[in-house]
Amino acid sequence: MKQLSVFLENREGRLSDVLRILAEKNINILSLSLADTSEYGMLRLLVSEPEEGKKALRDNGLSATLTEILAVKMPHQVGALQNILTVLCDAGINIEYMYALCTGTEEAALAIKTSDPEAASNVLERIGVEFFR
Amino acid sequence: MIWNETKECMSRDQMVVLQNARLTKVVNRVYHNVEYYRKKMQAVGLEPGDIMGIEDIEKLPYTTKDDLRDTYPFGLFAAPQSEIVRIHASSGTTGKATVVGYTRHDIDIWSECVARALTMAGVGKGSTIQVAYGYGLFTGGLGAHYGAEHLGATVIPMSTGNTKKLTTMMEDLGATAIACTPSYLLHIAETLEAEGRIADIKLKSAICGAEPWTEAMRIQIEDKLKISAHDIYGLSEIMGPGVACDCIHHTGLHVYEDHFLPEIITPETLKTAASGETGELVFTTLTKEGIPLIRYRTKDLTSISYDKCECGRTLARISRFKGRSDDMLIIRGVNVFPSQIEAALIEMGETSPHYIMEVDRVNNLDILQMKVEVEDRYFSDEIRELEALTKKIERTIRDAIGLAITVKLVEPRTIERSMGKAVRVIDKRKLV
Repeated sequence: MKQLSVFLENREGRLSDVLRILAEKNINILSLSLADTSEYGMLRLLVSEPEEGKKALRDNGLSATLTEILAVKMPHQVGALQNILTVLCDAGINIEYMYALCTGTEEAALAIKTSDPEAASNVLERIGVEFFR
Repeated sequence: MIWNETKECMSRDQMVVLQNARLTKVVNRVYHNVEYYRKKMQAVGLEPGDIMGIEDIEKLPYTTKDDLRDTYPFGLFAAPQSEIVRIHASSGTTGKATVVGYTRHDIDIWSECVARALTMAGVGKGSTIQVAYGYGLFTGGLGAHYGAEHLGATVIPMSTGNTKKLTTMMEDLGATAIACTPSYLLHIAETLEAEGRIADIKLKSAICGAEPWTEAMRIQIEDKLKISAHDIYGLSEIMGPGVACDCIHHTGLHVYEDHFLPEIITPETLKTAASGETGELVFTTLTKEGIPLIRYRTKDLTSISYDKCECGRTLARISRFKGRSDDMLIIRGVNVFPSQIEAALIEMGETSPHYIMEVDRVNNLDILQMKVEVEDRYFSDEIRELEALTKKIERTIRDAIGLAITVKLVEPRTIERSMGKAVRVIDKRKLV
């Protein structure tokens, strides 16, 4: 799944600007994570139209890129995440970052950026993990 | 006190006679010993015999930092290597240093000039002086050191970097004078003040240079430390510190014009400026053997006065500097050209070449911060990568200019694009 990543300076109203631009293009935000440092923030979004989102943000002078991430479906039970991580770890795949996805259903879900997306998706499929595409 | 009354208090007529003789000698020297100068003079149809004295100076071509760069490293040397006893170097515009060489006689003259400057500041035999300029390729440390020894003072070669040790030794050894950059001295003053130790030190005078400072700052230093603070000027191309210095009257810096012939030109027209007018300071070294320079353009803006000073010296005086005719900055005593930074960023190639550098003075130390735009091409959504990029830019710039810098990434197209010459540097230090 394509994630829309946006570089944000730490100044007033920047996040709000991004959300406004996306709303004006009628792009829906499915999930969101914000990583922050003292100088800037990294906004990571799963949206209904990633390509259009990227274009709209760039047209408005923001630095935005698309990143391939895995959107993993998980049963809502103890140890489910642990299972997934063990498999990735055993395969020597690094997790760059991850965050919880909002699905609106009984199922849990997770966005994972790995060092090797293809290998990650292969090893996870082998244990029957499903993805949002 | 005057170190060399014969030379420093000469009548104008005598000075001109001396300068005429020395100028013709140095012109002959460079014509015969330096191919670069010979070709430059021949290109304008000039022979040594055409220069009879300082009245003919305008016939001679200028020398610039570019000439030093083009002839790097030894192309402008007028003495064989066997006669050179010392090398110094200053930062250049393209990462390559400008190299200068001194014969034993040059070192003697330099020591003599620094001794004159120190005497102006009340330093003498019996004084104890801490030299807190950097020792090394930079002319500050060794220049002040040799001058102070020549004078007969007790020299403590502190160099830079350890303020605690400096203040401890200042107190314990009873130092009466210090030579360092003005911003560093103000930092020392504030450290002593915060520790309530001003009354415990015996400091009487300071000889500060290597960076621009204001009269207000000079007075602030004097008030805080209860000393007499003096502005010493110099540049490695001409010699190093000790080309000029101000006396206790602080009405301009006396130029040791028996060794360095000053001129003021209008940088736009390259013609001699009208008497008393502000323009670019140009020097011809009159006695230098290692690397004599003819009409070297310092790019420093000032004016010159030939009136006799209250101190009795008849030497010409240059006013406090009013800026630069190029975009060079002096940060912590290091010469920095914005073009060096731009070249380094472009060479690194992982960022847009759009940047803005801010120089500020915090607690009397120069702080450099640079904003660099992230570019979609090089943009990563991983913080780790962005931090690595920031560190890499910091390292690249540090290697290029020799100064530590803090880099801050900003959004694309947020740095103003100006029409014509871009404003790349904001100097918030208010030095002029």
